[in-house]
Parts: sequence; structure tokens; C-alpha cells
Amino acid sequence: MIRLFANANYDFISYRWKAIWATVIIVIPGLLLLLIRGLNYSIEFTGGTLVQIESPRPLNVADLRTGLDRNGIPGSEITEFGSSQEFVVRARLQREGVDPNNTQETAGAVTAALQKVLGAGGATCLERAPTGTEPWCVKRTEAVGPKVGGELRQKAFLAIFLSFFAVLAYLAYRFEWRFGLAAVIATAHDIVATIAFIAVLHLEVSLVVVAAILSMVGYSLNDTIIIFDRVRENLRKMKRESFITVLNRSINETLPRSVLTHGTTLSSLLALTIFGGEVIRPFALVMFFGVFTGTFSSIFIASPVLMWIERKWPGVAARGLKPDKAAPAPSRKPQPEPVSSKR
Amino acid sequence: MFSSIRSRIIIIVILALACVWSLRPTTVKVTKVVDGRPVDTTEILYKPALGLDLQGGMHLALELDQSRTVSSDPARDLDLALTVLRKRIDEFGVAEPLIQKIGKERIVVELPGVRDPARAVAIVQRTAALEFRITDETSALDKALPAMDRALRQLGVKAGPGQQEDQSAVQQLLGGDSTKKDSTGDSTKATAQDTTPLIGGVLSSLIRPGSEVGLQPMPGEYAVPQQATARADSLLRLPEVARLMPRGVTWRWSAAPISIGAQPYQLLYILEDEVMITGTSLVDAQAQLDQVTQGAIVTFQLDRAGGRIFSRKTAAHVNDYMAIILDDRVQGRPPVIQSQIGRSGQITLGNKTIQEAQDLALTLKAGALPIPLKIVDRREVGPSLGADSIRGGITAGVVGTILVILIMVIYYKASGALAVGALALYVLFALGGLAMIDATMTLPGLAGLVLSIGIAVDANVLIFERIREELVHGKTVRLAIDDGFKHAMNAIVDSNVSAVLTALFLFQFGTGPVKGFAITLIMGIAASMVTAIFVTRTFYMIWLERKPGMSTLSI
Repeated sequence: MIRLFANANYDFISYRWKAIWATVIIVIPGLLLLLIRGLNYSIEFTGGTLVQIESPRPLNVADLRTGLDRNGIPGSEITEFGSSQEFVVRARLQREGVDPNNTQETAGAVTAALQKVLGAGGATCLERAPTGTEPWCVKRTEAVGPKVGGELRQKAFLAIFLSFFAVLAYLAYRFEWRFGLAAVIATAHDIVATIAFIAVLHLEVSLVVVAAILSMVGYSLNDTIIIFDRVRENLRKMKRESFITVLNRSINETLPRSVLTHGTTLSSLLALTIFGGEVIRPFALVMFFGVFTGTFSSIFIASPVLMWIERKWPGVAARGLKPDKAAPAPSRKPQPEPVSSKR
Repeated sequence: MFSSIRSRIIIIVILALACVWSLRPTTVKVTKVVDGRPVDTTEILYKPALGLDLQGGMHLALELDQSRTVSSDPARDLDLALTVLRKRIDEFGVAEPLIQKIGKERIVVELPGVRDPARAVAIVQRTAALEFRITDETSALDKALPAMDRALRQLGVKAGPGQQEDQSAVQQLLGGDSTKKDSTGDSTKATAQDTTPLIGGVLSSLIRPGSEVGLQPMPGEYAVPQQATARADSLLRLPEVARLMPRGVTWRWSAAPISIGAQPYQLLYILEDEVMITGTSLVDAQAQLDQVTQGAIVTFQLDRAGGRIFSRKTAAHVNDYMAIILDDRVQGRPPVIQSQIGRSGQITLGNKTIQEAQDLALTLKAGALPIPLKIVDRREVGPSLGADSIRGGITAGVVGTILVILIMVIYYKASGALAVGALALYVLFALGGLAMIDATMTLPGLAGLVLSIGIAVDANVLIFERIREELVHGKTVRLAIDDGFKHAMNAIVDSNVSAVLTALFLFQFGTGPVKGFAITLIMGIAASMVTAIFVTRTFYMIWLERKPGMSTLSI
């Protein structure tokens, strides 16, 4: 049988300061960039118009941009989407006399300008791409009023914030508040690190990316919980060992599981990044990063934080003296568990 | 009941069959209007239903547009608008539309598979306020024009400039009805022509009785050169000018310009304030082709009470001209009332297609919106992009699954193969579960499903690792499996519950696609718990029963 890290016995906790410095060194530049450049919110959040078009012949981004500039859509953002015949145009229209919340007007202005640049066209693309002399067509339109966008942004922050407290409450109920607090601090680290990552890559923050952040939170918590579950179990078994030993032991015991699960998750994400298409790629990228930061934070943030909390406010429950109501009492074997010898 | 292998197998088979059953495609009858006649078509619906981002379609969020008319009771008006939209979309014929009020001030309309978004938007957004008014016979505007011009002169408004700048605005105002040919040449000519003869009166140089430009004389009808329409409109709206409009009359533009010689004119109608009848009394409307002109017309029927009022009022106005006003635009030239009109009548639409006439008939029948609606959020996805996404998602899913299978089989050998069997059931259960709760599969949902294939094996991994530990501790195979499952349970439950919690918040805040993602995630977690805990366990039980004396486990 193949066993990766079968009898691993690394002293993870002693690396805690190095790990925290590593995080700081990576996260700070990202956050600085965030302050300078800001997040690249998608039009779902800012309001504006997105039109994805397909042209029968290859086009030049620069030509398209100057054409739109000249026809009353200044400062539009144009990106090639997979091929030189497919483009995404993002425009945030601010013009006197145009109600930005009336998307009929804003989207109409963008389509009209595109018609001036590309000629007649603008119907919905059907199953087949246009060829030869056929007119250009529209694959996707999103026209969002700033009011709707603002509401959505607010809701997204609220969702991330509230999910925090829900998880804290659940963990406090299932474990106890020390574990809950440590897990939530680790999660906060993950979110900050991910936002820094998004800022560095200048990824567009869309609804899908927020969804990725929230699922990354779920995934990272999952990891933390599995380690903490071991810690709780080992605290009962190893009453005479120091807290650091218990933590290290728990992390090492769950290491094979971590490697395997992260491996399968990463292979799914790899498939998504390569084959999933342009729309899904940001999601896959953020999750990809999330798997790494989640693993890192479970080991190097959640566990040391739990240790510090335990030191500051030592609790009886954490040492397993209080019977755990929620979990069924494990059938304990009379002889002590063999502890692998330390290096 | 879970103890015997047979009862466990029965449960798994029942679950699998239920999922297969809920995944069967169904057919739905949709009534579509084709060439003026309702035609029943059947469409196949696959399960779980595909979201707009995958099958293509349109998502609209609408709010009351109070920029022109202020609603006295927004809540009631929104509810009214909702009912009207339901009726219209019902007639329009879309499979599985969604029309729903969100919060206190918004209506969301989702139309899957719409191929002609412009037409769908027109049907949803058209106010369809129909009214009939008699044209003014008191020459009210003729009398008021000099005073209006004096007022304008005092304001310092001069004739001439500003006409060209308004060119694009005119076209917007006319709803794009006019052909977008370049009319700058015409415009300069017309400006010169119009300002020279009548120096002094700004409005009286723009607005001239219809008979003066060569139209058959009609009381209350005026012609404005098309390129000057926006200017005339804004001047008439100035408070100083609007104040001078005589009491008892109101004014409306014509829906389409009319060409006299080379010059297109927009017609301005001065109408009586009193409305003969409105579209609320209308019970039926049909699109037809006029026998004589071959132009599109809409015939309508009024209800009993409306018919009585209409015939009484038309009887009093025989030989007068009656304007048919739709959404504040006069449709065609007002016809003469030749005799008392009863319950039915017709609207001539000029050069519109029969399809446009059908759409108008549809909106008229469904009723007018109490207040115009504006679209605050509009998303359209064409069917080709959706098809690309589905293809990409499926490829990613297949490749991801193969990778996961390889990892599991190489690492866990025969036990890994059991997990792969459970994974197949996992996909079936997740999809079946989604179909059972009528969830829609969106693009993020598809991504979530692919991702969850990687995560789904986590529970299996936890269990297998526990079993390995128990085996290392020297337990027998049977005991190791029992204890492995028992000890892994806590971690599985805790980690999954917290994942479901975050997914619930995602569901709460998200719109369509993200909601789909959250549902897929929740369903995936539920399915993975069932397969990892129950199905894999059953597989082990079968295995142990076949080989009771197994001393080593392939894990």
C-alpha cells in the first residue's frame, strides 16, 4: 500500500513565525496594490454595459477602441475573448441626459456605436459563428444599472461577513469558542490573502469570483475543522503531553488525508482551468489559490492561534475534561496509543 | 433497517431509480402566436433545467420609471405591472418563463431561449396605453402661437441654431422608427427654407398647419420638419410656453413621420383633453392585414360598458376626427367618425410588419402598464455561448473525473475502486437531487459540480485513512472498517455542515447563476455524504460477506 507521509512527524508549530512572516511578505504588497489601484470590479458591481460580440473576420482591439471612442463611448475596455474574432466590450457610460439606471438607453448607445464601427449587425448569435459577409452578432449582453450594482456589492460583503459569524457559532457549538475563534481567524487570513491575490493579478471581481471566495472559505474551514477534530480527539488521549505536541501530532496524522484531498480537488480545478472556458477561468484560478492558502492557514495560522488562545485563556473543555455532548464517546482502547518516536 | 445488506441495497437501488426518474426529460405545451394564430407546440425540457447562461435567454430587472409620471401608489402599480407582464409573456409563448417580484420595487423577468431579444424587450416594456381623443376644432394653437413666440423672444430664444445638434435626439425620440439615413443635407436646406419667410416667430416658423404643407386639411393637425421635432418638443415643454397652451387641449406627436415631397414631417396634433375611451375597456385585439392597403392593422373589441360609452360619445362627434393614441403617440392620421361606433374598431399602423402588429395586439389585450417600466438590469446570453459553456463544462467534468479516478485507484487500490463506484452514484444522486427540487443548472453550478467531484472523495479519503490507521494499530479488517467509519464520522459531519453554512449565505445573496452554484454545492455535499457514508459502507459489507476470512484489505 502506498502511504504518503505515513509516519510523518514534522514540527509544524515551530515554523509558525516564519510562516506568518511569509504571509505578511506576500499579503502586504497585494494590499498596497489594492489601495493604489483598487479592485477591478465587474460591471455587475459597478453598473455599466458588457457586450460580447463575434465578428465574421478578425478585428484589431486598437481599431475597435478608437472607433468606439469616436462614437460617443469613450474609455471602453475591450478584451479579446479566446480568438481575434470574439471580443468583450465593457463600457461605463456617464453622460449628461442619460439615466445610467435606464439600461435600455446605455446598452442602446453601446450597440449604436458598435454598429457605426462594425457596420450593420448586432442580432443574437445563433448556434454557428458568422462567416464571410454575414453581419457581426452578439453572444452576450449585460447591462446593469449602478443602483443594482451597488446593492449587489453590499449583499456580497454582507454574505461574506455573515457567513463568518454563522461558522463561528457552529464551531462554538460543536467544539468550543477557542476552536471557533482560531478557525475564523484563519479564515479571515484566507480572505485577505485571496483579495491580495486578486489585486496582484488584477482579476475582475465578478459574482462568480465572490462565489469562489465563499467556496474557498468553506473549503479552507473544512481543512481546519479536520485538523481540529483530531486535536480534540488527541487532547483526550494524550493528557500528559504538551499542547504543542498534541497540535503537531494532529497535523501530522491528518497529513495523508490533506495531500489526497487537495490532490483530487486540484486535479478537478486544473481540468476546469484548462477546459472550462473563459467565463469559469477566474473562478478556477481563485479556487486554485484558495486550496493552497487554505491548507497553509489550517496548519500555520489556525493551529498556532489555537495554541495562543489556549495559553491566554486555558480552558478545561479544551483539555477534554468536559465530556463532549455532541460527539458520541469514541470507544477508547485500554492501552495507550503508540506514539511514534520523535526525531 | 440499515443493518442487513439486502435492505441497504434496496435503499440504494430505490434512490438511484428515483434519481433516474427525476432526470427523465419531460415535454411541455407552449402556445406560440404564429402569423396571428395561436399554435400549440411541444418542447422537450431536460432535467435539471438549464439556466439562462447555459441555454441562452434573457434576464430583465424592471422598476417603475417615474421620470415622467409619478406614481401615486408605487406598491399597487408594481403589482398591477406584474399581472400585466404575466399575461403578456403568457401570450408571447416562452417555455418556463419566470416573472417575479423581488423586494418592494423590482420585477424580474426571465425568458429562457429567447432568440429575438429586441422583440421580447419591446413586449415587456411597452406601456400599451391606448386612448382615443377628438382633434381640437377651436384652432387653439393658432391663437396661442403668437403669445408663445413673444414669450420665447423674451427668453432670448432665436430661430435656427440648435436644430442640427438635436439630430440624434430626434431619432431617439422617435424610437428609431425613422430610417437612419444621413439627413444633414436636408436639415440645412430646411433650416434656410423655414427661417427666411417668417422672421420673428420661432414656433410659428417650425409649426405650421398641416394644410399649409400640402396635407388634406384637418382641424388640430400641424406639421413640423422632422429634423426640428426635438427642438419644437423642448420649446413646447418650456414652462413659459406650456403655460400659454389654452385650457381644454393637449398635444401629441405622431408615431411615424410622413413625407411630403422630399421633406419628412412629424405631425403635431392638438387634441381635446377629454378622453373618449381608454384601453382598459378593451377585451380583445387581433392583428390583421388590411384588405385594401395590405398594411398591418389591429382590430379590437371593447367590453359592454366600454362599448356603450364609446357609441354614445362617437354619436356626438360624427364628422369629427378621432386620434388613436398609443403610448402618447398618435397612430396614423386620425380618421373621420362617419357614424356611431360600437364595440369594435381598428387601428391602422402604417408601415409595420404583421409581427409588430401581433405584438401590439398581444400587449393591448394583456392591458396597459400603469406606469412605464425601466430596465435596471439586463442580461442576455446567446445560445452559442451557452453551448460553448456546456461543452467546456462537460469536458472539464470528464477530465477532472478521470484524474480523480486515477488518483483514487492508484492510491487506494481496490478500496479506491469502491470509492469510484460510489463517485458514479454521487454524480447520479447530485443531478437527480437537483432535478427533484427543480433547481436550475447554471454555469457556476456546472463548475461547482466539477469541483465537487474532487471534493466529494474527501469523505472517502477520511474514512480510508482512518481504516488504515486502525489496521496499523493491529485491528482485524472487519473491526478496522467499522471503527474507521465510526471515527471518521465526526470530522465528516463537522466539515460538511460548515461548508453548507457558507453555501447557504451564498444562496441568500446571489442572483440566478450564483444561486445555482450554491444549490449545486449544497446538493453535492448532501450526495457525497450519502455515498461516502452509506454506499461505500454497503460496498464493504458486500465485499466482506463474499470473503469472510479476509485478513488483508486492499486499501
